[in-house]
Parts: sequence; structure tokens; C-alpha cells
Amino acid sequence: MNEINPFEGNTRRRRRQGIAWRFVFQASTIVGIIVLTALLYNVINESFGLAALELEIDPASLAVDGVALEELSQEQLAQIFQANVSAGLYRRYATEKPFTERTREEVYDLVQERVIRPQLVKTWTLFETLFERDAIEAELAEKYPGARLQFFSWLNPEFVQRPQSSDPLRAGVRTAILGSLWVIAITVIFAFPIATGAAIYLEEYAPETRLTRLIQTNINSLAGVPSIIYGILGLAIFVRFMQPITSGAVFGLVDDPTTANGRTIIAAGLTLGLLIMPIIIINAQEAIKAVPNSLRNASYGLGATQWETIWSHVLPNSIAGILTGTILAVSRAVGETAPLVVIGASTFITFDPDGPFSKFTTLPIQIFQWTSRPQAEFRNIAAAAIIALLLLLLALNAAAVLLRNRYSHRY
Amino acid sequence: MTTKALDGAPSLAKRPRLREAGIQGFLFLCGALSVLITVGILIVLGKESVSFFTTQQWENSNRPLAQELEAVGASIRVGEGGATLRAGDIIRVRDEIMEVVSVDGQTLTVVRGLQGTEPAAHETDLEIFRSNRVTLGEFLAGTEWNPQIGRFGILPLVTATLMTSTVAMMVALPLGLSIAIYLSEYASSRARSILKPILEILAGIPTVVLGYFALTFMTPLLRSVFGNDTVEIYNTGSAGIVIGILILPLVSSMSEDALSAVPRTLRAAAYALGATRLETAVRVVVPAAFSGLAAAFILATSRAIGETMIVAIAAGAGPALTANPFQAAETMTGHIVRISGGDLSYDSIDYNSLFAIGLVLFFMTLFLNIISQRVVRRFREVYE
Repeated sequence: MNEINPFEGNTRRRRRQGIAWRFVFQASTIVGIIVLTALLYNVINESFGLAALELEIDPASLAVDGVALEELSQEQLAQIFQANVSAGLYRRYATEKPFTERTREEVYDLVQERVIRPQLVKTWTLFETLFERDAIEAELAEKYPGARLQFFSWLNPEFVQRPQSSDPLRAGVRTAILGSLWVIAITVIFAFPIATGAAIYLEEYAPETRLTRLIQTNINSLAGVPSIIYGILGLAIFVRFMQPITSGAVFGLVDDPTTANGRTIIAAGLTLGLLIMPIIIINAQEAIKAVPNSLRNASYGLGATQWETIWSHVLPNSIAGILTGTILAVSRAVGETAPLVVIGASTFITFDPDGPFSKFTTLPIQIFQWTSRPQAEFRNIAAAAIIALLLLLLALNAAAVLLRNRYSHRY
Repeated sequence: MTTKALDGAPSLAKRPRLREAGIQGFLFLCGALSVLITVGILIVLGKESVSFFTTQQWENSNRPLAQELEAVGASIRVGEGGATLRAGDIIRVRDEIMEVVSVDGQTLTVVRGLQGTEPAAHETDLEIFRSNRVTLGEFLAGTEWNPQIGRFGILPLVTATLMTSTVAMMVALPLGLSIAIYLSEYASSRARSILKPILEILAGIPTVVLGYFALTFMTPLLRSVFGNDTVEIYNTGSAGIVIGILILPLVSSMSEDALSAVPRTLRAAAYALGATRLETAVRVVVPAAFSGLAAAFILATSRAIGETMIVAIAAGAGPALTANPFQAAETMTGHIVRISGGDLSYDSIDYNSLFAIGLVLFFMTLFLNIISQRVVRRFREVYE
């Protein structure tokens, strides 16, 4: 007989339900981790791998007396170069800069670029490289009989040091990294003092008035405005309206006023400054709020003025929090792309930025640019640039964590 | 009675402190700058949007003058074919602007020399341009966005934005809420201290990297699941899923804060009545934290609408009115990025349209942010 216990009711079913849902909740949490892993896997997978190269001339055939090309001297390389290119091309390079004045590395690069002329025909991912080697070799033999297989780490020291190029084999991110650093420097110089000042005002001085509440609500709302709107604002104000200043024309830095262009590092820095200001203010307010009132009262008790109290007691005790918040805001600015595209970051410049009035490109812009190209090999260098960007962000965040651990006080 | 201070004693009256007042004034200005930024955004977007709606765009009607035109006279003959000219149209012949009063076959009756221009003689075969001004109705209700032929209906851009945001919320809402319930109701504090930072890493990844992820990982994944014929290379679905991943940490951490703020006594009461942990979480804690959860979702939606790089990379270029998440469609933000890339010339219709789209975007997100703040105030359950 299956007697139903009135106190048991549907306890069992409820328990089972509880366990099932618990499993669902746990699984959702794991999804987050899986996605992060997939992202890292995807980027690393694309940054390393085999590539098929088609060469004009086999470098082995250029060896002199059994000495490989890599170990030849400057003079030998120059001779090889002269022997293998047309007389006109050689003359052009010689008039540009005599071969006797070029370093060994420069001549070696020239031989690579003009004589051997490697062309990427196909690239494979790391996964394919490791597990489908046979298929790759079969494909190579069938489709690209003349090509040679070479393992590439797309992220390498030269990649970080080379300027931009339209050839994925010689493209690098130096211009982009320098551009990012310049922009961030301007952003911090502009945003940090003003945002900290605003936070001090709101926490230490502001009376309980409607104006104060308006400012506070406004800051909270600004933090939620899409970044692209800041880009549009920057385009209208910094790039266009303040063009004489942001292009450097008023400082006499532009030779011809008609070519003045406000799409410069300083315009970008100011735009990003506006973007991260609300974030810094909110973080700094939290840090200042955490300073106990007893400290302020002690200072007043000793006869200090309000500013003396803030400067010598409130700020030293909250500066770690303020700086941590600033670094986190800056790491947001480092990865910001949309506003910079809108204000017109140059997509292709090969020279290093030389000051705040220079045209620029940044690391995220570069990644966006390469990702938008249809050729697969640009995906590989985009992945390498992403790793560089993530490393930069990791360093910034590590600095923030260290700062917090080193200077945090508890009252 | 004497008001004179005692000789030699310091005055107790408040002394003016110039330096203090100066510093306070400066700090106030710093705070007020934020208001200036908002005002700046509104002025800039508003001003350029107004010129977007008021600038006359001249469009060739392909109906040249069929007969010489004297400096006086109100009747002109135009060629056959080309665009239809209607009464009320503003037309331009060389520098002279006229208004069409009535149309009779190939003969137009016009009012000459409008908008400060002088009536002048014009020879045969001169091109007639028709003014094409974007009206607000056309902008908000038009179903085609094609600046080349003067079509500025924002609907395709808005629907694409809604599409990506809806997909994003369909990913982020259930996942985010589940994560929040797990972290606040089930997880040990040790597990929480490991899981939360991992989720926060996701929030810190630059959106351009997530865009790359959408294009090189999510899209191929979708294509291998649903077939290459169904899923286009650029599609709103894959962009939406990745935006969902981007806002997942925002939803989960804000929701978790809301759930943890529910007092322990409520949970204890539920357990005492014999509720299981699941029943406590779903029937007691979640309803009690409703205002916080709703605010989190609304804020996340606003983030999803404003998200730019993921859609610019993965959702496709070219506005399209489609309800299929596997097709390419350009969102508002994606369109802004595409047309502003490269040297955009000032005062062109493209430049002005940027601000009109920006204004719509700004109001959409502002509206959601305000609603979110309202919801918190209106539905907040206050405990003790």
C-alpha cells in the first residue's frame, strides 16, 4: 500500500526541482568562464601558426661560398642586391642613400624585400598547425606547389617595433602603441585634476542644494552616455570648433593655415578625457567618502582651515583609492575605439607621432582596421595586436591592484 | 554697553580667507564642468540636427529647361521624363530659386526669385534642381536609409539596433540573473571571491576585441550550427550574442548587489515556513529585490543600444530593414562609425546626419537611464 504521508506532501519533487535549478545556476556561471576561455583561445589560435610563403628566389641559392644569407657581411649583401635587381632600381636606392652608408640590417631588409620578395599565400591557425599538419601539407602540395611552409609567431619583438605597413609580413604596431600612449597622457593630464577637483567639491564643500543634486545626477547620467556620443561631441567641438588650437595653428606649428586639421592627438586626448571624467569622479567620491570624519574633526580641532584639512588629511588618506579609480578609468580609455574613429583617427600613418598636434593612430584603431580587411592574414596580425593590447591593459590593472593593496587603509 | 573688543585680544569675527574661497570656487567650477559637458552634448547635437533638417539638398530632376526663360514671366517649359515635379516643390535653375505653383503637363507655373535670389534669364537645356529637404516625419518613419539618393528614414538603423539589443538581452538577462542568484544564494564566499573577478575581466575587455571575437569565432560557430546558407558572414545575431556577453557582468554584478541587499530575516522566515533554498531564492528574494534587478536590466539595455565596435565589425555595413537575425544590418552606432571613418567633409549631409542619429541615440539611452533611476525609487522596498 502506498500511503501518502500528509507531511511529506510533494517534498521530494520540490527537492529535485531545487537540485535541478541549482545545476542550471551553476552552469550559467560556468558559461561566463567558458566564453572567456574561448576568447583567449581564439586570439592565441590566430596569433601563431604555419603560413605558406612564395619566394621569388630561394635564399639558399644566394649563399656565398657556403655562408648562409643571414651571416653575410654588409658588402656581400650589397653586391647580392646589385646583382639581383634592375640597374634602375639599384640607382634609385643608391641615390636615396649610398649603399656604403647603409647598415648591414638595412641592406639585409632590402634584400629580403626586393630580391627574395616573400608573399603570403595562406595562413593556418595554431590548432590546424598542431593537429592537422598532414592536411596542410597536402593542401600546400596541391594548391601552392612553389610555396614553402614556415611557422610564424605573429606577435614578435619586431612586430612591436616596426611601423605600420600595408604588407602583413612587415606591418607592426609601433606607431599605434606610441599613438595610444600620447593620447592617454593627454587624457590623464586633462581629466585627472578636474575630476578629482569635482569629487572634492561634491564631497567636502557642496551644500545640500538643488544645484548640487543636479550636478550629482548629471554626473551619474553622463557615465551612462554611449561613448560614441562623446566622439560626436569631440568632432564638433575639439576637431572643428577649436581647430586653430587643436591643429596647433595658433602656436605657429602649421605652415599653411588652409591645411590645418583638428584631427590630432590633443583632440583625441581631450575627447577621451571627457569620456572618463564621470568615471573618475564617481570613483574618487567613493574614496573620499571612506575617509572617517574623526580625521577631519581632529584637523579642525587643531585649527586647520578646510583646505588645509583636505590637502593634508583627506587627500593623503584617499589618494590610493583615487589613483586606483583613475587607472581603471584609463584602462577603459586605452581600449576605447568608437569615439576615436568618429573624431577621425588616421587609419594609415607610418611615421611616429611627434607631439600633441600630430596625426595619430592607436592600438584599438589598428585592430579595428586590420579586422575589417577581408584578407585572412590581417586577422593574424590583428590577433597579435590584440595580445599586445591585452598585455598593456593587464599591466595597468595589475598596477591598480598593487596600489590598492599597498596603500589601502582600514579605519 | 561697549561693542569694542578688549584691547590686545584677537578679533573673533570671521576673517575673509581669499585663498580658501578661491580654491573652493575653482573646485566648484570643476564640478560644474560636468553640467557643461551635458549642455555641450545637447547644443552640439541639437544645432547640427537642426541644420540637417533645414539644409536644402539640391537634387537633379533630370528635366532640363525645354525653352528659353526670360527674366520676367511665371510660366516655364520643362523636358519630359525625370523626376515628378509637384505643386509646392522648390526648384533651382542656376542661381535662381523658384516655387512651383501648379503643374500642367510640361508647363510649370512658378513664383520667381525666392529666398533672396534675383529673377534672371536662363537659356535652354539648363538643369533644374529640386530641393530635397529631410522632414522630421520622413526621418522618423521612413523605411529606407540611403544618403546617396536622399533617403533618410532612420527606421532600418533603429530596427537593427533593437535587433542586436534584443538578442543581447536574451543572452544577458537569463544568464545574468542565474549567475546573480548562484553567487548570492548558493556560492560559498570562497567561490564568490574567485568567480566575481573572472566575470569582471569580461567587462574589462575592450569592445574592439569582442568585435574580433564575434567575427572570427561566434559567426563561424553560428554558421556551422545553422548552415552557411542561412547565416550571412555579417549578421546581427552574432553581434547581439557577443554584446550580451559584454553586458553579462554588468547585469550579474548589479543583480547580485540587489539580491544581497535583501535582509537575512526574510530568508530565515522563508526557511522557517519550510521553503527550499530554490523557493526562497525565487519566491522571496527575487521579488524583494525587484527594483534593483529591473534597474540593472534597463541599464544593461542602454549599454547594449550604445555599443558600437562589436556591431561595426560583425553586424555588417549597409542599412537593411530585416527581422532576420542571421542577416546583415547596420545599426545606428555602426552607421556613425562607417560614415565618419575617413575624412568627412563638414557641412555635408552625411556630417549633419551623424548628429541627427546621435541625437536619437542619446535620447534613447538617456530615457532608459532615467527610467532605471525612477524604477529604483518607485519600487524600492525599504527594510528597517
